[in-house]
Amino acid sequence: MLIAAILTLAVGTYTMRLAGVVLRDRLDLSDHLQRVLPMAAAALLAALAITAALMDGTELAGVARPAGVTVGAVLAWRRMPFVVVVVAAAATAALLRLAGLP
Amino acid sequence: MRTVQRTDSSLLRDAAAIAAAMVAVGASFGAITVAYGLPTWVPFLMSTLVFAGGAQFLAVGLIAAGNPIAAVLAGLLLNARHLPFGLAVAQTIGTRWRDRLIGSHLMTDETVAFTLREPDPVRRRRTYWLIGVTLFTSWNAGSALGVLLGGATGDPATLGLDAAFPAGLIALILPSLRDRDTRVVALSGAALAVLLTPVLPAGLPVLCALLGLFALVVPRRRRPAPPAAPTAGRSAVSPASAESAGTSAGPAGNSTASAASAEREVSSC
Repeated sequence: MLIAAILTLAVGTYTMRLAGVVLRDRLDLSDHLQRVLPMAAAALLAALAITAALMDGTELAGVARPAGVTVGAVLAWRRMPFVVVVVAAAATAALLRLAGLP
Repeated sequence: MRTVQRTDSSLLRDAAAIAAAMVAVGASFGAITVAYGLPTWVPFLMSTLVFAGGAQFLAVGLIAAGNPIAAVLAGLLLNARHLPFGLAVAQTIGTRWRDRLIGSHLMTDETVAFTLREPDPVRRRRTYWLIGVTLFTSWNAGSALGVLLGGATGDPATLGLDAAFPAGLIALILPSLRDRDTRVVALSGAALAVLLTPVLPAGLPVLCALLGLFALVVPRRRRPAPPAAPTAGRSAVSPASAESAGTSAGPAGNSTASAASAEREVSSC
């Protein structure tokens, strides 16, 4: 049962990954729709990032994580290098937790 | 020449940063799986064959709770976003079947985000494969490390890694948000996802972010009607096609196609 569950999840996930890649060619997309695809991806990524930043499961995350992500986002907006953004976000969250904030 | 070298080395540096974080989170995945009392082959099999961090954490939790069917369903729902991701990066992966079959497996949020950041198709392709292979390797190395070290890996939250990943994604998508339409779509989609997170099962709120695409259609209805029958090349990207898409009476093939896709997105939520 355990291996069946893992294999089903693996095959299902792979099928969805491959489906988009293969379907893209089969679909006769207008230029307008072609322009929309990266926007759709950006919307999904933004939703992932912001829900991960603010929510912990179905509840609000504490203070440390949103604060860390905010610091990272501001640095990214100021066009700091990716590494700086990631390290600053992690360091902010880690230090706030060290200081006892949730 | 110098510019190319500099940007390549900065890509490698970015890849190294995300890889280091992936090793740490992968280690916590391996350690958690073992702590749940699941066999040691489970993290290896999942990290190689499923290769989707969020779904893996969710699935092992549900499997450990004695509900493998829920684990599969929840994992698949969480991973459904890969289908639209696939549509977005299909041209980057190309049409060779070998590339498609391997490249699809390397598709993750971060791979897609790094790829779409690159405007140049050649660099885009290189980025996809470089980040994909780097993340696959580091995720699997991390999982193995977690199994070996067990509880010694600690909680990734102590290192603030739970803040690092969202911040990294934001940094990667920020350049695309300079485009006004993309910004409106992405931010309204993200706001909707956050609002729906408390009430919908995991995975669904993020998919509903696709409804943000409607933000492209709605405000444009109010604009005065543009001159009819624009030339074929321009009509595709002009507001005209977006506008008629909203009214469903669009004469052009473009508009009906986009209206249909918008409807499909609603039904997916």
